[in-house]
Amino acid sequence: MPNRDHKTNKGNLMASCSLLPNLLCSFPAMSDQYIRDARKVIDEGFKGLVREYVGVIDTVVQPLQWFLNYLEKVFTNSPWVLVLAVMMLIVYLTSRSVRITVGTGVGMVLIGVIGLWNDTMITLAITTVATLIAILIGIPIGILMARSDRMQNAINPVLDVMQTLPSFVYLIPVVVIFGIGKVPGLIAVVIYAVPPMIRLTNLGIRLVDKEVLEAADAFGSSPGQKLWNVQMPLALPTIMAGINQTIMMSLAMVVVASMVGVGGLGKNTLQAINNQFFTFGFMNGFALVAIAIIFDRASQAFGKRLQKHSEVVHG
Amino acid sequence: MASHGIEIKNLYKIFGPRGRDYIEAVQAGLSKAELNEKHGHVLGLKNINISMPAGGITVVMGLSGSGKSTLIRHINRLIEPTFGEVVYDGLDICAMTENGLREFRRHRTAMVFQKFALLPHRTVLENTVYGLDIQGVSRDESAKRGRYWIERVGLTGFENHYPNQLSGGMQQRVGLARALTNDADILLMDEAYSALDPLIRVDMQSVLLDLQAELKKTVVFITHDLDEALRLGDKIAVLRDGEVIQQGTGQEIVLAPADDYITAFVKEVNRGRVIQAGTVMRPLDGPADGMRVANTTTLESAAKDMCDAGQSRAVVVDAEGAPVGVLDLHAIVSAMVTPAKTEVPKLAAE
Repeated sequence: MPNRDHKTNKGNLMASCSLLPNLLCSFPAMSDQYIRDARKVIDEGFKGLVREYVGVIDTVVQPLQWFLNYLEKVFTNSPWVLVLAVMMLIVYLTSRSVRITVGTGVGMVLIGVIGLWNDTMITLAITTVATLIAILIGIPIGILMARSDRMQNAINPVLDVMQTLPSFVYLIPVVVIFGIGKVPGLIAVVIYAVPPMIRLTNLGIRLVDKEVLEAADAFGSSPGQKLWNVQMPLALPTIMAGINQTIMMSLAMVVVASMVGVGGLGKNTLQAINNQFFTFGFMNGFALVAIAIIFDRASQAFGKRLQKHSEVVHG
Repeated sequence: MASHGIEIKNLYKIFGPRGRDYIEAVQAGLSKAELNEKHGHVLGLKNINISMPAGGITVVMGLSGSGKSTLIRHINRLIEPTFGEVVYDGLDICAMTENGLREFRRHRTAMVFQKFALLPHRTVLENTVYGLDIQGVSRDESAKRGRYWIERVGLTGFENHYPNQLSGGMQQRVGLARALTNDADILLMDEAYSALDPLIRVDMQSVLLDLQAELKKTVVFITHDLDEALRLGDKIAVLRDGEVIQQGTGQEIVLAPADDYITAFVKEVNRGRVIQAGTVMRPLDGPADGMRVANTTTLESAAKDMCDAGQSRAVVVDAEGAPVGVLDLHAIVSAMVTPAKTEVPKLAAE
């Protein structure tokens, strides 16, 4: 029965095709030879360009390499007790919540117990660096976007492309330009994680109450004074949401970036996929989720704490 | 502080991308409706000429859409004029450079807003010294001045509260303290009390009048409430559809409304609180003895004094105490009730 159906379908197709000119029946693609040549020319040109500027590229990304290596060393070489204590202290200082702090301790101890402490430290290091760079790049761009509509119209499509492009796809140019390794991985992570930072900074500033801005103008604020006294403080909750998103996206991308040579939990996950190590993959997944929750809860609690003044509403 | 008056001359504002192109047509008589229909531009202000006295409160009154908030924003140029001049102390504000304007706003003007426009992340004290922060005054100095004004507006003890923790009336006190701490000659109040409860509003009006008696700033007060205008204004300008339809003292407007529109407004006013003894007195015809009232006393308080004293006739005296006329209860009552002719044109004339 299925066979017969298949046959009739094919027969129909052939029947309709015989009535149509070939041009409308099978897609008129360029010849394979032509495409091959074109690809070759573009690839060669691109690679040639990269080869020519390899010195420049290396010098530019060198500081990233140093920073990343340094932080990785600090994280992995320090005694675990110290790292754990410092982590819990930071979490406590940002969230002022005993629950989140204890949760952090428990989560990290579990990670240590299942033998993933070192890999987790490597992942933490690259996530930290990526987040810091994303904030450093994202906030100024967001401010620029908020100040001019033209800037916003120019940058928005770029962000749209960055956010819709599957992360695997832009690993390709990153690898071609920067090669394989930690730093290319870091750059890919930053590219993936920076759009929400930019967007939410822009949005936060644009949402600031017009009347408060008018008051700032009426008292003779310069544009800089307006930015630092009014716009940034009032945009802070939205900016904090952006930082939170950026951290989460960094963590997600660190796993994908293991394909271009980033170590840590992502590399383990990749191994687990390749070798069908179910339990190993699950343990790494747990470690990633644990640090994601720690980052998320701590940064959200911090954001909320910054907004204390808006909580107590007159009754 | 020596005050200067504000002169607004031939001021026009046309909203829209090419407002300047239509200024001649509007000056030649193009109406607001025509401008909107044919050219898609909105006439905000039309040929405004107001002289705001130094050291006095000028009230600009009008209903929503009359252009009153647009007008007050021309005095510190939060809105760019299309045509005309706003002159203060010999300087045309409309011709100032960006830096000049910023300095003018920092040192010469202070503004109070209808919706308070306080900074939610700053405490009461930090809000109060905002203007001084902008001027670069050190925190030691600004905090001292801020605390003084917080005390003057009656907010002592709330210095470290956030605006969200205060009621509307208290928030507007912060707005007032912020404006006063700036120590500027011009105080711009854009419907400052419109968002407050009636009782608190009257309370805040008293705060303003008490402070003004001492400070003698040049105050521009915007309101849609005629009672508020009459209570506060040394001078009142009534705005409608972007045009001034009458300006003068409260008495002048109540006694001689320029048109039906103002007549309809004035009808509901408590005339006894506006009209003064000097306005309705008869010339002195007999001996100047018996009870005395000052010529600036309102009819309501004159009537109360006379009733309390059991008198039906009083001698009106000027500021020096010299007798200038006589007043009897009959004259007071007939001036206080609304004259019959003003009853006729109802709001149906609208």
